[in-house]
Amino acid sequence: MVGMLEQYRAVAPQGTVDFLRRLGQRVEGKRMLNVNSTRHGGGVAEILQRLVPLLEELGVQTRWEVLAGSDLFYRTTKSFHNALQGTKQRITAEMYEAYLECNRENAKRLNLEADVAMIHDPQPAALIEARPEGSRWIWRCHIDVSTPQRSVWHFLRPYVVRYDAAIVSLPKFAQRLPIPQFLVYPSIDPLSDKNRELTPEEIDQILARLGVPRDKPILLQVSRFDRFKDPVGVVEAYRLVKKSHDCRLVLAGGTAVDDPEGAEVLAEVQEAAGADSNVHLLLLPPTANLEINALQQAATIVFQKSTREGFGLTVAEALWKGKPVIGGETGGITVQIIPGVTGYTVNSPEGAAFYAKRLLNEPDRMVAMGRQAKEYARHRFLITRHLQDYLSLMIHLG
Amino acid sequence: MGVPRADSPFRFVSCTELREVMGQRAMDEQRLLELIEEVPADSIYYHTHSYYLRHAYAQGLFPNDFATWVALSAHDRVLGERLGILDPFEFDGIEQLRGEILAILSEHLSRIKIIPHSTTGEPFEFVRSHVIEADLGLETWTLREFRDALADVEVGAIYNHVCEARLRKGRLSGDFAQWLSAEDGLGLQELAGRVAKVGCLGLSLEGMREQIVRLCDRELAT
Repeated sequence: MVGMLEQYRAVAPQGTVDFLRRLGQRVEGKRMLNVNSTRHGGGVAEILQRLVPLLEELGVQTRWEVLAGSDLFYRTTKSFHNALQGTKQRITAEMYEAYLECNRENAKRLNLEADVAMIHDPQPAALIEARPEGSRWIWRCHIDVSTPQRSVWHFLRPYVVRYDAAIVSLPKFAQRLPIPQFLVYPSIDPLSDKNRELTPEEIDQILARLGVPRDKPILLQVSRFDRFKDPVGVVEAYRLVKKSHDCRLVLAGGTAVDDPEGAEVLAEVQEAAGADSNVHLLLLPPTANLEINALQQAATIVFQKSTREGFGLTVAEALWKGKPVIGGETGGITVQIIPGVTGYTVNSPEGAAFYAKRLLNEPDRMVAMGRQAKEYARHRFLITRHLQDYLSLMIHLG
Repeated sequence: MGVPRADSPFRFVSCTELREVMGQRAMDEQRLLELIEEVPADSIYYHTHSYYLRHAYAQGLFPNDFATWVALSAHDRVLGERLGILDPFEFDGIEQLRGEILAILSEHLSRIKIIPHSTTGEPFEFVRSHVIEADLGLETWTLREFRDALADVEVGAIYNHVCEARLRKGRLSGDFAQWLSAEDGLGLQELAGRVAKVGCLGLSLEGMREQIVRLCDRELAT
């Protein structure tokens, strides 16, 4: 039977699988523990579902534990999440206590014995109080805590500084801490439904189901209807392109259930789109991985015109499908787009339109850029690189 | 005459880098200069050499992070071009390279009245790297074996034997050229000389691989 890791040989950069096996030999037999707040839904769970068996296959004895908490605990950590990302929240003493109580109960319930423990995000951060002797503990922070609500950060910081190291997804997400902070970019799984290669028939069927004809070039943005993703700016850019090039615009995404602003932004986009039958607004559920995949593979050019962004993994997804990406000059988009090589970074709808027109005028350039985009994603943003980073960190920490 | 065979094999060792955020950031060129003076050599190395590992296939605007940031974030194309032309392979040590970067920056800042700053809000973030090596268990004894292994090996091995060997380990011609020329290697002086120069051509790692494989093919054809 072919192991899971071997399946990546066809998609990872050459020699990667063998190199991973060699790195794995250096940490073989080590016990690694991951703790996060959910086993299903969300980017962390999605990546752990793949990373855990891959680490196992490389000889690292890997466990994945999940917190169990009350409604109040989850409401509190949702508020923490928003506050740490700069949205002011009201957090009561009772909420702080619920957070600590839940961590204490889980510390009793869970087996925390391991050589290396990777604790994901703020929810389980206080488990550090129950850290067993002799193990290395790493706080893996997946969110942008660069401009947090100070009161929440002051509450969490005493726990964070007790870790041996932290991991951030971008340098700008780092906080001033007396522990080493390592940089590990998030990644995409090239074999998942969202990123695997689809047949032309599959793409045609899915687009037909979504009501998007393939009769002209498709400009696409996949993102939540959120002001920071600037969907209205994308419609403006499309209008400027449309003056000279007949094309379609697809804005595909959802609105978070806890985001009342989402409906408002969607209404603004609908108004901006008007009755243009070449503009398609698709409200997709979070499980629509194949649909997003098909749209990205069918697109001619992909936008990610955010004005503020975390890492923005939708850029890596599009690069992996060989599409040039025109993205806002912010956050993780700037590490994924090499201007003029894998796409363009812009600061306005006019800039986005300018580069989209340039690409539509030069199909050869677009093809060459798409090829570079795919190779760049292959080397930098696949799960195999993520695995390499985690193994390196385990080796480094000893 | 038989095929030349080395007394000692070439062993391919690949590497990857673990990046550490230093928490030091510059929003303008004056602060960039101050921090380039202060940060550990590992950080200068990361921003000038690790570029090759990060851009193994696709090359960016300029081949070092300082040049790219001043050009794209501070919109200072002149300084970007002056820093961008710097070839890290022309320097015998990281401190010499740091000195040259500082000299260019100081001279540039002494000529302008307003200090360029990041207009995109993206600071220059200092990072350093820890290199993690792994022996690939791949040994070659002849030029043909070397050429075939090089064509397939993980790209980190090229970085390790060309960039790491040269500046962090002080083997100035790089490991490939050293083995090709060594008495207990293949003793191919001319080929070794040409291979040593590949690092200075401004190529990506994949470009270096392709060029060295081509040089080996030419040698094998003679």
